[in-house]
Amino acid sequence: MRAPLSWIKDFVEIPSSLSVEEIGKGLVRVGFEVEEIIYQGSDIKGPLSFAEVLSIEEITEFKKPIRYVGLDCGEKQTRYVICGAINFAVGDIVLAALPGAVLPGDFAIAARETYGKTSNGMICSSRELGLSDDHAGIMVFRKDQVSITDDVREKLAFEDVIFDIAVNPDRGYALSIRGVAREIAGAFDLKFVDPVEQLRGVNFENTGKGVQPKIEDKDTASIFYLRTMSHFDSKAATPLWMRRRIEKMGMRSISLVVDITNYVMLELGQPLHAFDREKIKGNLVIKRSGKVEKFITLDGQERILDPLDLMVSDDEKALALAGTMGGLFSEITESTKEIALEAVRFNPESIAQNSRRHKLSSEASRRLERGVDPSLAEFASARFVQLLTQHSSAKHVETASTGEAKYPPVFEIDPAQISRILGFEVSNTRIINALRTIGCDVDEKKWLIDPPSWRPDLTNISDIAEEVARIIGYDSIPSILPNRPIHASLTAKQKRRRVISQFLANRGFAEVLTFPFTNQKMIDDMGFLGPRASTYALANPMSEENPLLRVHLVPGLIEVAQRNINRGAQDFAIFEMGSIFRGSQKLGPGISPETSSRPSADIISSIFASVPSQTEMVAGLLVGKKELENWQGKADPYTWKDAIATAQEILELCHLDFEIRRSDLAPWHPGRCAELVVDGTVVVHAGEVHPRILSQYNLPPRSSAFAINLGLLPDAPLVRPLRVGVMPAATQDVALIVDASVNAQDVADALKEGAGALLESISLFDRYDKIGEGKISLAFTLTFRAQDRTLTGEEVSAMREAATNLAAKRCGAVVRTA
Amino acid sequence: MNAQEIQGWVDAAQAAFDSATNLDELKSARLLHSGDKSSIAGASRNLGSLSPDEKASYGKIIGDAKSAITESLSVATKRLENERDEKMLAEEVVDITLPVRRFHRGGLHPISIIKNDIADFFVEQGYFIEEGPELESGWLNFDALNIPADHPARTMQDTFFIEPLESGMVLRTHTSPVQIRTMLTKEPPIYVICPGRTFRADELDATHSPVFHQVEGLVIDRGINMSHLKGTLDNFARYMFGPDVTTRLRPSFFPFTEPSAEVDVFFNGRWIEWGGCGMVNPRVLKTCGIDTDEFSGFAFGMGLERTLMVRHGITDMHDIVEGDLRFTRQFGVGL
Repeated sequence: MRAPLSWIKDFVEIPSSLSVEEIGKGLVRVGFEVEEIIYQGSDIKGPLSFAEVLSIEEITEFKKPIRYVGLDCGEKQTRYVICGAINFAVGDIVLAALPGAVLPGDFAIAARETYGKTSNGMICSSRELGLSDDHAGIMVFRKDQVSITDDVREKLAFEDVIFDIAVNPDRGYALSIRGVAREIAGAFDLKFVDPVEQLRGVNFENTGKGVQPKIEDKDTASIFYLRTMSHFDSKAATPLWMRRRIEKMGMRSISLVVDITNYVMLELGQPLHAFDREKIKGNLVIKRSGKVEKFITLDGQERILDPLDLMVSDDEKALALAGTMGGLFSEITESTKEIALEAVRFNPESIAQNSRRHKLSSEASRRLERGVDPSLAEFASARFVQLLTQHSSAKHVETASTGEAKYPPVFEIDPAQISRILGFEVSNTRIINALRTIGCDVDEKKWLIDPPSWRPDLTNISDIAEEVARIIGYDSIPSILPNRPIHASLTAKQKRRRVISQFLANRGFAEVLTFPFTNQKMIDDMGFLGPRASTYALANPMSEENPLLRVHLVPGLIEVAQRNINRGAQDFAIFEMGSIFRGSQKLGPGISPETSSRPSADIISSIFASVPSQTEMVAGLLVGKKELENWQGKADPYTWKDAIATAQEILELCHLDFEIRRSDLAPWHPGRCAELVVDGTVVVHAGEVHPRILSQYNLPPRSSAFAINLGLLPDAPLVRPLRVGVMPAATQDVALIVDASVNAQDVADALKEGAGALLESISLFDRYDKIGEGKISLAFTLTFRAQDRTLTGEEVSAMREAATNLAAKRCGAVVRTA
Repeated sequence: MNAQEIQGWVDAAQAAFDSATNLDELKSARLLHSGDKSSIAGASRNLGSLSPDEKASYGKIIGDAKSAITESLSVATKRLENERDEKMLAEEVVDITLPVRRFHRGGLHPISIIKNDIADFFVEQGYFIEEGPELESGWLNFDALNIPADHPARTMQDTFFIEPLESGMVLRTHTSPVQIRTMLTKEPPIYVICPGRTFRADELDATHSPVFHQVEGLVIDRGINMSHLKGTLDNFARYMFGPDVTTRLRPSFFPFTEPSAEVDVFFNGRWIEWGGCGMVNPRVLKTCGIDTDEFSGFAFGMGLERTLMVRHGITDMHDIVEGDLRFTRQFGVGL
């Protein structure tokens, strides 16, 4: 919302001692963020003059139209300038910047030779003067409004300060000069003159039959004013001062009638709409469209109406998308003679829905969906009649209205509660003063608050506390720490996530946080199938590229790896921890209980249950070499072993026992994928990424990955450490020949089980695969230790025997003799 | 054999040891002058054949001679070992400035680091950390927070909706639904911090990202008022931005708080918009079944990306979201 200081001053007496910066700070203090203070006209210097166009010579030998224009600037001689615009004619008044003038952007005007002529100045557009963004040509004025002897700066009220402020959605009233002026008055305790006061009791004589208003559904609008006018002559021009004010607000001057509707809206906050009465068949009614049909709005766009759209219609058809945008058919044109002016207090939800359905946010809808002062339908439409009769030949025919303004209800407060909410003592006098400043009527005895018509947001003690604090200043709030509990901690799961991330970071993995969006092609490329491939779709994705929620973390890591490789990285490890969204749960209709009280326990649990579970995962991708390569020669590459090792170390870090099994799961290499199983549940997949994916995404061959489903990891049991054995250990080496297809882990498991409880550890120290005949040799060191004695040679041999026997039985292992 | 002769052996041994130029020569000299076949060893063996008187006097002389030989051997050994070591150390000098083989430099994402840091700060003050789902029910994300369907505040937040639309599922636009979940499942007093990932359909540019992170705080207790909110924010701001920062509250609007405020921080010479806050709207407390006569509360929330950018002078959001290792690795595991 823009607010020119010159306009604000119509309603507040601002002392000259109050600087522009202070006013800006005051607005911020009462809750209006000042996005910019625009010092308009401050960068225009030197001679400017109004000028009458005396002659136009079209110069045709150039690619674009060029005019050599003779101007009467009130000087002895005709001044000639070159101009590239064509939107003016002989007899028009234009604005000329004369040599010596400096326009915004340090644009110095000087006499210069151009297009074979001497140009002694420049005819200006309003954009060149920094007055508006209008680039439809140069500024043209009418002779009855401007004389060439007028002072340009004064006439155009250039020099002004414009506050560009952000208005919160609960303060619709501040989308008007009236509202902003009241806030400034409140911020500095200045006298405020409400423009509405001058409109109270203003009546116009009914001289004939006008258009009659009707509200079909009382829930969509409370009050509807129609003012019918006749004898309008469309040649009537917008007064210059009004045009300038509209331009300062960032809008364009269009025609007198439209300009007055906008002017009144900007001044008071009530959107108005003017219809060409002769296009109206019968009367005007506010009703829902009721059907799907085409409708062309003022902007020339054809829109498809929804049956629920709220319309302003005549006896035959829809004429305006209510509160949002008028229709092209009934718009004011140069041939309009009679006018029906609509002013309605619409229900904000109806307009919000109109605006949302048509993705059409207009100056009108922005105000109406925030709720407009219900008293304004009458006063704003009266102001329109005043201004139009003042500036044109139009005459009032009839004022008709229907419905009733609904005002915010009176409510009672306990003033002591205000201090309790704000945390400091506020006297009753200060409370009353603050509330009166914002326009409330306060009954001091009963503490009844009657909010002003423009403040439907004031309904309870919290609202009142905010208003009081706002007027007194939030700076008065003291700073005190609450007496908070002394015990809290991270949960076991939160601690575990931290430990895992920290571990990975220490192991050389860099954490990344990717957007959790994906697409079907990526899912297919990875080879995900069935439930692992199903997910939820965004109704309004940022781009069609990634309309789905991710089903796994590895694809995102692959994309980040690709990006890093494209930027020159070669060897690295990355990880991500985050949720994935597998769509196993079908989404039913949303559960939306009333919010006025706590929903039942059943409803609450069904809401919780309606939200699909989102698995927490951590995944890593290992790319290229595992060390930085330098003058020392080649470094080892990352392989499937590193991916598996990292996952194993994480489980060990979490005190979880696991077994390792061969797996075959996308997106891993089917022969190089392991799964780690905790308590019978697969919690990890790790290994080499499928070579097809690696080549498709240009990652180095053998890149490897792991993924841990954190949600499936059980809580770690309390650690109960074994006594450290101090008796000597006995080691035994065994070499076993097995089929190459036998998993080393299965052999180790058999040895372990066969060896019995005194086996302290087992390690594979050699694997030899050159035996041939599909056989390999696996050599293990078995370490035995008893807590209470030194083991004898016989005992150890017997245990080794038992171990190899079980391995022979389970895995067909044959002891290799040297 | 006489004393003089024995002294001669000692002198010869000493001379040989002293003139040895390396440990091998010393070894030969040792074998020659004090080994089993040396004169002194022979004399020692012959002691048994002497008379008791001679044994006593020669025994002492031989013993002293042996000690003298051992002593000079030890001196020579030490001298030659030192020489050997010094030579070896000199030969083994390397260029320790050569780049050594290093593992990749890992690190946490700065957003994780700051998130953990904030969590720890509040945990130490008695707040628990609450988390919730990112794909969230619209009722928890909006309605329960006093943001009804057609309220402008709802369209203000560019929400990502999930198909089918009737499901009302959204990607949470703030972490506030976690506050609702907490209030619906826990009894006050409640002191919690809710960090997490949030979503708004904003184009990615230098200062916005459709996926970002927030941290919110919620306190519900007896006698909580706005001064407690201010105190908590002051404390938090000092921890984040340094002991000298000041904060300011500005009136604002959020449907779920009343009174509402923006909190600004005066940092590096200017006011920075840091986050939103306010007293929890009694309507929200009622929806969650909290007795508003007994309890009141405050809530606040800020963007982690914004906090990080302001605090560390990061000028482009792209660096935070793209996962370029050159960015992340600069942070290690701490800020």
